[in-house]
Amino acid sequence: MNDAPVDIDLELDLSASAGWSGPLLEVRDLSVVFPTDDGQVKAVSNLTFELYDNETLGIVGESGSGKSVTSMAILGLLPSSAIVTGSVKLRGRELLGLSEKSMQPVRGKSIAMVFQDALTALNPVYTVGSQISEAIKVHEDVPDDVVRARVLELLDTVGIPNPARRADQYPHEYSGGMRQRAMIAMTIANEPEVLIADEPTTALDVTIQAQVLEVFGRIQDRTKSSIILITHDLGVVAGVADRVLVMYAGREVELASVDDLFYNPRHPYARGLLASLPRVDGRRDARLNRIAGQPPSLIVIPSGCAFHPRCNDAHLPSPCQTERPELREIDVGHLSACHFAEDLPALSTSELSADEPGDASVG
Amino acid sequence: MAETILEVTDLVKEFPVRAGLFQHQVATIKAVSGVSLSVDKGETLGIVGESGCGKSTTGRLILRLIPATSGSVKFRGEEVLDQSNRAIRALRRQMQIVFQDPYASLDPRMTVHAIIAEPMVIHRSRRRKAIAKRVKELMELVGLKAEHASRFPHEFSGGQRQRIGIARALALDPELLVLDEPVSALDVSIQAGVVNLLEDLQDELGLSYVFIAHDLSVVRHISDAAAVMYLGKIVEIGPAAQLYERPAHPYTQALLSAVPVPDPRKERARKRIVLTGDVPSPIAPPSGCRFRTRCWKATELCAQEEPALIDRGHGHPSACHYAEVVDVVSA
Repeated sequence: MNDAPVDIDLELDLSASAGWSGPLLEVRDLSVVFPTDDGQVKAVSNLTFELYDNETLGIVGESGSGKSVTSMAILGLLPSSAIVTGSVKLRGRELLGLSEKSMQPVRGKSIAMVFQDALTALNPVYTVGSQISEAIKVHEDVPDDVVRARVLELLDTVGIPNPARRADQYPHEYSGGMRQRAMIAMTIANEPEVLIADEPTTALDVTIQAQVLEVFGRIQDRTKSSIILITHDLGVVAGVADRVLVMYAGREVELASVDDLFYNPRHPYARGLLASLPRVDGRRDARLNRIAGQPPSLIVIPSGCAFHPRCNDAHLPSPCQTERPELREIDVGHLSACHFAEDLPALSTSELSADEPGDASVG
Repeated sequence: MAETILEVTDLVKEFPVRAGLFQHQVATIKAVSGVSLSVDKGETLGIVGESGCGKSTTGRLILRLIPATSGSVKFRGEEVLDQSNRAIRALRRQMQIVFQDPYASLDPRMTVHAIIAEPMVIHRSRRRKAIAKRVKELMELVGLKAEHASRFPHEFSGGQRQRIGIARALALDPELLVLDEPVSALDVSIQAGVVNLLEDLQDELGLSYVFIAHDLSVVRHISDAAAVMYLGKIVEIGPAAQLYERPAHPYTQALLSAVPVPDPRKERARKRIVLTGDVPSPIAPPSGCRFRTRCWKATELCAQEEPALIDRGHGHPSACHYAEVVDVVSA
């Protein structure tokens, strides 16, 4: 285990960050390529986004869209075979290319991550309490009784009943929802500035998901952390995120405020995704929109716009098949990577909102 | 009046928990405790509930893939549970199942042709030539290319594999399909295609479905009637639209209010019922009403007396002493 004391890098970082006024986290042209026997897997291509203070950014995409690889790249957790280029800056300080030793104080302290599967992320042979204490002691030299008090307080914060008893139990004695909350307790132990949650509720039942999402809201109020919420569930994003980034085939296709994305999506993929959702508040007769075809292989990404083979609005062959659409601002704070972002028809209200039944017949 | 194709009455399944050197039975898991439901011909009954509520066990009990402890399952008026093994085979031609995991439920060493043909070979339902023709038909029916019949499952994506599973289930022209979480392993854009396919097949072939899922949105979309299960019991059952718009049981309300809606304004305005704690162990379920330990309405009565699943004046049955309609979805 790496038990190096706080190194000088971090001290510099903290003093440097005091007067920082830019975005908390700045990702520029991030690309991740995995060389394989079959060719280069372009998992993430030219990803650019910012994360501001006390903000929740949702990253949405389907399997293989590159959303999890993005979070691993930010934390420097990718295997050494991965080719990572671009820039990831935390309060102006470059994180990509940092040595393992310099990255250690950043991980868990400045940026912490909640993984999807708490059962595999927690160590089965240590009590939950000792794992949370370890997370604290790696970054801070504090006496045991203070650590213990902190652990109990953290467990209480995330809503685990009877913390004093629960802290001495092992992960297998916890239910799925409690394990996820225990892991959240561990990640917020050092009050990180950035919390990356990768599908934190995907393995959970809805009522437990509601509990966990409530915990996120509570800790954000308390610690003023910024959260990157990676999920495939647009419903979760609608309720929790301030802004949403939609990924397809390793690329950013749309970035907008949560309202703009849901009420005025400007990329055919985001629109298709929204229309393909069955809704608990929806009409039964409405037929689901299916996006034809399959997401592409990341080894052979289609030319031009990666989405063109599945797009109903594509102008073929040119420009959609020949020219890669750049991500561009089409409205204040609303970015889309579609040649025809402005020309897409307005979505009918019935598809998006059941609030205005008067418009339900449109489209 | 629609014809009832499946009638389940007081279905019970208890699994023994064994421990020690001599494997003595030390406890009983009450997985399904008195479930009654019925499915009309050409209709879909959705069964929703969280992990461990007994919904999948119910599905397997209906097909007698596992033996029931007690109760009755009648398919077209014929009792399924006390049939001989030979007779049950004939019945199973009419009742088929589609499993959740399209990666685990297809034999990786069989070609798609062999997978889809297998039920017909086992049941000797057709001659060899006719089987080949039928496999082609089935593949086209579920939206796969017939020329891909000689490929292996790994060459297909998750959505396509689920279509292979559906084609296999349809091979014997069944009347009832038990669909156990058929779309939960799929991405949303792919899921939509499979849901649409299931709806089309139902229209074309007059199939009846028991659709088991934890995703309440999908169940609402596809079901005519829906049942909500909690800890081995149905707590509320009725026409889907009514159940979703006028839920009367507190658990149904909590479940529905917990489902996020892809509509930011609505999400911000919604009041969520957040349940405390976890589902109790099915080894020692709470006395009286099984939901009472997590229910905000629970009183002494709930601990003493189990509420019956009856119509309490809301148009459909609910099992709560204090049932009261609250709209939690659109409010």
